[in-house]
Amino acid sequence: MSVREGRAWVFGDAIDTDLLAPGHAMKKSPAELAKHTLEAVDPDFAASVRSGDMLVAGRDLGIGSSREQAAISLKTLGVSAVIAKSFARIFYRNCINIGLPAIIFDPAGRIHPGDRLRLDLAAGRLSSLATRESWPVPALPPHLMTMIEQGGLMASLQARFAPPGADGQSRRAPGSLT
Amino acid sequence: MAATLVEKIMARAAGRDTVSPGEIVTIAVDLAMAHDSSGPRRWQARLEALGTGLWDPDRVVIVSDHYVPAVDADSAAILQQTRAFARDYGVKHFYDMKGICHVILPENGHVKPGMVIAGGDSHTTHAGAFGAYAAGFGATDMTAIVATGETWTVVPETIRVEIAGALKAGVTAKDIMLALCRDLGMGNHFKAIEYGGDGVQALSMEARTVLANMAAELGAETGLIAPDDTTLAHIRAHGGEVDDDAPQRWRADPDAAYAQVFDLDASALAPQVAAPHSPANSADVSVHAGAPIDQAYIGACVGAKLSDLQMAASVLKDRRVAPGVRLLVAPASSKVTAAAARDGTLAVLVEAGAVVLASGCGACAGLGAGLLAAGEVCISSTNRNFKGRMGHKDASVYLSSPYTVAASAIEGRIADPRPFLRTGRAPA
Ligand code: SF4
Repeated sequence: MSVREGRAWVFGDAIDTDLLAPGHAMKKSPAELAKHTLEAVDPDFAASVRSGDMLVAGRDLGIGSSREQAAISLKTLGVSAVIAKSFARIFYRNCINIGLPAIIFDPAGRIHPGDRLRLDLAAGRLSSLATRESWPVPALPPHLMTMIEQGGLMASLQARFAPPGADGQSRRAPGSLT
Repeated sequence: MAATLVEKIMARAAGRDTVSPGEIVTIAVDLAMAHDSSGPRRWQARLEALGTGLWDPDRVVIVSDHYVPAVDADSAAILQQTRAFARDYGVKHFYDMKGICHVILPENGHVKPGMVIAGGDSHTTHAGAFGAYAAGFGATDMTAIVATGETWTVVPETIRVEIAGALKAGVTAKDIMLALCRDLGMGNHFKAIEYGGDGVQALSMEARTVLANMAAELGAETGLIAPDDTTLAHIRAHGGEVDDDAPQRWRADPDAAYAQVFDLDASALAPQVAAPHSPANSADVSVHAGAPIDQAYIGACVGAKLSDLQMAASVLKDRRVAPGVRLLVAPASSKVTAAAARDGTLAVLVEAGAVVLASGCGACAGLGAGLLAAGEVCISSTNRNFKGRMGHKDASVYLSSPYTVAASAIEGRIADPRPFLRTGRAPA
């Protein structure tokens, strides 16, 4: 599904992976860990974010650890895309790998907390329904676009290792992948 | 075509003559590494779903270091699953509670120049000190890597960091990196850092790993140092094999194209301290000197190798930790502990009042012993001081070299280590 819509949650620069997935909760289940997302900077975020909402940030989103839970927690909470002026490499790859679009876009002065946003991935366009402005966003490289369309890296690996049987059903259930 | 070191390694791993920055290539991985937090517990269900095992169990290294020793039933279960996975998937190179993964790799001869090393940890860059392309990946990427032996990457642009001059006594590779976090910034995403110059060649391998390790704090994909005689000697002394011609083969061409060249004069550097909550908040120690501390921590892959413990001991010899302050030391590996016991370093630390903790990530990652309460202040030889990382979100962590941590422990406040270094040159 290439069109996503939701409210903007706007944060500043250098939102790191310890803020996104705090160490003290890293042993917990994905659902429990997700409740602690960004608690050190916004204690209401995890409880208030709704399905479709988008995380908007400044420079260096996701700097720090390789912990994929930083991206998974956002997805678990229903976040439909992450938008930032720049991304840390491992976090960027993690987002794409789990099928969470990561869009490089400077939100300064354009997106405000609570604005309703629409992201059309295929068209490469981000719109604010609040200000009626609309901006082109850089397209993902084709192999990453394909990966997101397939549902992430696990789904494309599935196609390589366990292709669907003659009945069109995948032979194996993905199981708990978090 | 002239190439940087990372371009040469990627061309080799992609089976190509040359590659250029910006190209997307598939590269063969020579070694995959993961720890108890990022590895088996995150791979197993995925591998089962794919119905596959490890592409080459002999080229997968697993290290239990994050949750060791177990502090509760949850962490014990993670360690249990890690052990069972290593057994069931035929992983020969499994290090259970032997030390921190990035220190374990070179300590056991696993790293050599020209390799592609993929690790389930952001500081996998550490191994780049040996002239390898070593980069961190998340768990799904790592699952794909251990299942297939390959991954995709964008060939990075390279930033050359040219370090000239010799460090003064009491100034270390860690101080170079804290200064670089400030001056080069932490936003060098998708770039490789290549360190070179006489200031780098003068460093020991342990000191060079600090430069490579903290390339992660620069935001870089990897941090590399071309091999020389020091590199070859270190690899051979640790049971590894390496060709004599590695220094000729694995170095940048003189006319290679860099995105940026950054010059640093090591001889002009003072000890650095990074204030909360970012390694980029660094300044000369004089700026922060006098700030009271509750805890001093010598630990982590970057800051608890033998040379780091020796630095701390050179400051703490015949001195005591200030009343009301705790000094915690978690040697980076059991081999480091053994060596520090043999040469007397450990005794100096303990007699000064240090509490010795298990080798592992513990306090560094906020997972084990040695964490901070709200309002507490710590000075630490680790590499990150993000908000909440070492315990309570309202704790404050300053970063520095082991010298500065030790001097601060004695004073009970952040202190310049240089007046404490009485004789000659101490370990760099
Ligand atoms: S010691 Fe700290 S920085 Fe090093 S691997 Fe462990 S958690 Fe990461």
